[in-house]
Amino acid sequence: MQQLSYFELVGFGPNGWGWALLTAAGMTIAVAICGFLAGSIVGTLVAWGKIGGNLVTRSLADGYTTVLRGIPDLLVIYLFYFGGSAALGAIGSLFGAEGFIGVPAFVTGALAIGIVSGAYQAEVFRGAYQVVSRGEIEAARSVGMHRWLMFRRIIAPQVLRYAIPGLGNTWQLVLKESALISVTGLVELLRQSHIAAGSTRRPFDFYVTAAILYLLITWVSTYLFQRAEAHSMRGMRRAS
Amino acid sequence: MDFAFMRDTFLTLMGGVPLTLNLSFTSVALGAVLAMLLALMRMSRIKVLDWPAQGYVFVFRGTPLLVQIFLIYYGLGQFRPTLQAWGLWTFFREPYWCAVLALTLNTAAYASEIIRGGLQSVPHNQVEAARACGMSGFLLFRRIVFPIAVRQALPAYGSEIILMVKATSLASIITMMEVTGLAAKLISQTFRAVEVFIVAGLIYLILNFIITRIIMAIEWWLSPHLRRPPAIEPRLEAAHV
Repeated sequence: MQQLSYFELVGFGPNGWGWALLTAAGMTIAVAICGFLAGSIVGTLVAWGKIGGNLVTRSLADGYTTVLRGIPDLLVIYLFYFGGSAALGAIGSLFGAEGFIGVPAFVTGALAIGIVSGAYQAEVFRGAYQVVSRGEIEAARSVGMHRWLMFRRIIAPQVLRYAIPGLGNTWQLVLKESALISVTGLVELLRQSHIAAGSTRRPFDFYVTAAILYLLITWVSTYLFQRAEAHSMRGMRRAS
Repeated sequence: MDFAFMRDTFLTLMGGVPLTLNLSFTSVALGAVLAMLLALMRMSRIKVLDWPAQGYVFVFRGTPLLVQIFLIYYGLGQFRPTLQAWGLWTFFREPYWCAVLALTLNTAAYASEIIRGGLQSVPHNQVEAARACGMSGFLLFRRIVFPIAVRQALPAYGSEIILMVKATSLASIITMMEVTGLAAKLISQTFRAVEVFIVAGLIYLILNFIITRIIMAIEWWLSPHLRRPPAIEPRLEAAHV
């Protein structure tokens, strides 16, 4: 058999893996975005527990961020992958279902990413909240805003503005963490490259391609976050 | 919760700790040397040296560590005849050395930025004072720049070391039986994910706690001039996955 050239191999021709790789890159982005959004929700709640809560919620939130940032992400993914199926199986057997029930790999992955990135995002949100001037919150309270209205009108917009650089870092983490989801069998970029490498016996070519696609995604998202930061700061005067 | 099972799990998983520590310290030590070189290249103001270093940092920080591990462990297999001819195949055949190489290259990219930050934070008047005393070149670097830079960079370098301890878990994917590898094996044998997870997580937390304390002690030892306010705890920052 004649050796395919690199561009035939990763191209869009009859023997090319181009579409498969692009679809898989889309899957990587999708699972990363879902995980990131799940992490935002977790992060907001944990940050709230740290800022506004009592001693119990504060120690719970502190424990959460310490533990989740101190153990490998891969362990969390294994917990969700194996533990999730076991839990579903247990629930299923209550209703008479039998045998192994698999959790969809996408859900497992997004949840695991969300749980881990939530710990990082909580710290980002907490840091950003501390930058919001106390005077603004007092002013909002003095015009009679309730907590939810104040959160929506005063706190959330400003916290988001200050949090953008930190969120950008977290997003990069999430993106790279999404590669770990390949161990659960979700066909994202790394998994697809692994499959292609196995079936063509050209592992180097495919992993290099995967690396290039990851670089492309990180590069574009860095640019987008810079744009977002510039946009959110357009009304602010720079200190320097 | 089955405590007898958890005790057995703990004993089993502790068997992976030496390999976890071995991978972490080997790659951190080798990575520090490479990082120093990269930082000096970045700061040399010579474009031929600066650009490759920038490109290196961009590539290794912009791609997942797992991709780098696969690229080295599986990817280089594509060039097996060539590597065999060069006598390098015995090196790249071993998952241990592939993991060490990938972790080293990865940490060097992150650490070079930390070292560069430390070197650039050395106050200029310190350097000027040293020059006024007649120091220059290596003596200036050894006596003035390097000690101040180390002090500055240590907290960030501490979190980098913690990250490396966490990152060694990825070596389990290429068959290294360190703590996470043993944990994954145990979970798939027993299907008791929660218990094994708790024990494995606890081991990592203990390891990281001890390392944090050691780094805090080194910081304390390196900054006698700041003895009054307590040393700042190195924070666990961003993971590179």
